[in-house]
Amino acid sequence: MNHLATPRAAPAGASRRGFLIGAAGTGLLFSFAGANGAEAAGSGGYEPTIWYGIDRDGTVTVHVIRAEMGQHVGTAVARIVAEELEADWSKVKVDPVDSDAKWGLMVTGGSWSVWQSFPLMSQAGAAGRIALVDEAARLMGVSPAACVARNGLVSGGGKSITYGEIVSKGELKRTFTPEELAKMPIKPAAERRLIGKAAPARDIPAKTNGTARYGLDAEAPGMVYARPKLPPTRNDSTVVAIDDSAAKAVPGYIQTLALEDPSATCPGWVMVYAKTFPAANRAADLVKVTWKSGDTAKVSEADLQAHAAALIADPKAGSLVVEDKGVDAAFAAAKSKLERTYTTATALHFQMEPINALAFEKDGVFEIHTGNQWQSLVLPWLAKALGRPEDRIVLRTYLLGGGFGRRLNGDYAVGAALASKAIGGKPVKMVCTRPDDVRFDSPRSPSVQVVRMAFGPDGKVTAMDHAACAGWPTEVMAPFFMPKGVNGVAYDPFAISGANHWYTVGAQRVRAVSNDLANRTFRPGWLRSVGPGWTNFAVESFMDEAAHAAGKDPVAFRLALLDGTGRNSGVADGASAVGGAKRQHAVVARLAKEVGWGKSLPKNTGLGMATTFGQERDMPTWTACAAKVHVDPTTGKVKVEKLTLVVDAGTIVSPDGARAQVEGAALWGMSLALFEGTEFKDGQVKDTNLGAYTPLRMADTPEVEVIFVESDQVPVGLGEPATTVVGPAIANAIFAASGARVRNLPIRPKAVLAAMKTKA
Amino acid sequence: MTAFQLNGRAVSPASADDTPLLWVVRDELGLKGSKFGCGIAQCGACTVHVDGRPTRSCVTPLSAVAGKSVTTIEGLDPGGAHPLQAAWIELQVPQCGYCQSGQIMQAAALLKAKPNPTDADIDAAMNGNLCRCMAYVRIKKAIKLAASRMQGVKA
Repeated sequence: MNHLATPRAAPAGASRRGFLIGAAGTGLLFSFAGANGAEAAGSGGYEPTIWYGIDRDGTVTVHVIRAEMGQHVGTAVARIVAEELEADWSKVKVDPVDSDAKWGLMVTGGSWSVWQSFPLMSQAGAAGRIALVDEAARLMGVSPAACVARNGLVSGGGKSITYGEIVSKGELKRTFTPEELAKMPIKPAAERRLIGKAAPARDIPAKTNGTARYGLDAEAPGMVYARPKLPPTRNDSTVVAIDDSAAKAVPGYIQTLALEDPSATCPGWVMVYAKTFPAANRAADLVKVTWKSGDTAKVSEADLQAHAAALIADPKAGSLVVEDKGVDAAFAAAKSKLERTYTTATALHFQMEPINALAFEKDGVFEIHTGNQWQSLVLPWLAKALGRPEDRIVLRTYLLGGGFGRRLNGDYAVGAALASKAIGGKPVKMVCTRPDDVRFDSPRSPSVQVVRMAFGPDGKVTAMDHAACAGWPTEVMAPFFMPKGVNGVAYDPFAISGANHWYTVGAQRVRAVSNDLANRTFRPGWLRSVGPGWTNFAVESFMDEAAHAAGKDPVAFRLALLDGTGRNSGVADGASAVGGAKRQHAVVARLAKEVGWGKSLPKNTGLGMATTFGQERDMPTWTACAAKVHVDPTTGKVKVEKLTLVVDAGTIVSPDGARAQVEGAALWGMSLALFEGTEFKDGQVKDTNLGAYTPLRMADTPEVEVIFVESDQVPVGLGEPATTVVGPAIANAIFAASGARVRNLPIRPKAVLAAMKTKA
Repeated sequence: MTAFQLNGRAVSPASADDTPLLWVVRDELGLKGSKFGCGIAQCGACTVHVDGRPTRSCVTPLSAVAGKSVTTIEGLDPGGAHPLQAAWIELQVPQCGYCQSGQIMQAAALLKAKPNPTDADIDAAMNGNLCRCMAYVRIKKAIKLAASRMQGVKA
């Protein structure tokens, strides 16, 4: 668990974590505030590490680099620190920080926050506790060994002293080298007093009374508003002419400017300025812009999918992520084979708060006020766009009105910054309307996948071959994160994870193919769970089909393949993967028991299941889901009656927050499976607002039951995994209820009806 | 100039009559709790009460509230302690929280009209309020909890 504090070589391994650590470099190491390792806080307090400070009144302020976007991450991180620090939780404050090089890598995504923070923040807390106990012992004239720290108080030799008093009266100068910190022992699970115990999330009260502040709420004196006019294509449009004559009649209209963007983040943007947002909004509708666009201006969803299918059909295309010996031989020798193709449509983030940002220059520093998930990614873009070094730019932190991966890509901040730069650094608040937000979204790419399985003479699975083609967000936005496959071709690990599952299937091949047409037509996004959102739909739909083809029960078929042997033992995947596929076996078996798998159900009703290891092999969140659905045989309409999930995420830091993440992620999965999905038409997303794009609403929400496996293993991620099991569980349940096999997301009633007729 | 009551206080904002109420309340009058989501009255994040009725402020022109009483999330309860707000905290309903002002205002209007709503009543009243974090299970539970507490107070 100490590996996060250990510098690693950059992109050598195939894991996302490997890159993160590499990219973070020493940024993830403990950093100390001052040269002496300890530095007095502003109020005469003590900062044992940069991660928190203790004031003279005993208040502990935990600096949180993670974006608060609904996961209550500030509370979770602060409790990890407080646990080892033995702090009084009522005196612990959460401080969401602005961007600064001293924090190292700033990113909130990948379901990584608690997993990455746990060792780092535990050790930081433990270091502070040791320093406080030593100083308390000195002040009280007793030996440190005789002292115990609890609840913000050190007691020993019949005396006691509060943390505030120690900071006020003592001379806290204790320093720790990064090596010492990395070796800092942390508590055994049985001694935890905060982790795993219920605690209200600190961000919630403000979200019930209107006082919570999001990017949209940011203001600066003298600011003007702006709304962009977006070009016809995402990447290759240039402005030919602007006619704002009609806009001049709008009271409050100021001007319209074409933005020059050296970073090519917002090419072809035209900004419409006004004194109020309604005026900017109205004026933008009246401004006429002529653009010159390239060849993506006519691209349709069908073009994107046809291109993907053609790429997949070429066995030489793409990167070999897994390439065992003997795959082709096993298929050649197979007694029987199964091949299926799965597709998913373009899907939108549609986070509730449309993208926006306030930008201005103040005292030589460009300030960007906005919600953002990956400050370290957007800062270099801003530097290039603004023509200034990164240390003259700061991202001020706000609550995010939804992240879901949209705000990992901070491209909107560049548009706002350029809008301010264009008028001499004066404050500009850029607000996108919903259709602007959608058109500038980084959607989940459409995908095509072909999955094959070979069976030996005894029905045993002897080989599996999974090829997936989609637009690759990481190739477009963060190519430095791309590892190389065994054939030397770089791939987007986020876009293929999930295909490298934990089933023991004999000789295995996983091939990842980039859809270059998608990459050019739009900016593919990291959307909640990213690749597993489509790869696991294919894997788990296919496992169901393979079970039926083999004449076996879908649960029994999976359990037999989750044998935890060979590379699926978990041994090669790090401390978080202890137990390997045996733990996935356990959640599937538990799920089957919980839902009474195999029991008879009413007519047209079916139970389907799916499982996942979550986001990546070295951070597995073992998850299994059963969907109970009713299929209307005349309309094909699917009603989800209940979702049941069993999750083994190791140690659960915040039980209720964890449950909320799984509930939300599961319903996201359902929404993506049945209610969302759009298409590209003429180079743009077709559905740009509600009414046309229809995420799940309350009336269609089923009962959701979430069961956590009790565990004291390494805490892993929870924001995404449940998203990826629900779609295939629903598809498999539809088959169980109606005999209709659907292989495309989203699942529309028409497709269910058609599949019921063909039954193939 | 259009005069109306905002959370019990007389206001006369200078915005043009056709300005959507949402932006008047947010940007001219400074109450940021009501949110902008879709701009077409389909997500409910901008919900306020106009003479007690739940109203989508993003499509309501300022002129439409002349002489009327407008209540925003900031004015629902002086201490932010409306039974719905208490239930929202107790059941840890909000995730990102962006839609929750609108959810609470919509639910408050529901409970005024139907103090003891059925599941179907709740679905019907709340279906226009999108929660992108999909906190629907808890929203429904919290409405029921608040309803039972409010009933208890009356009985």
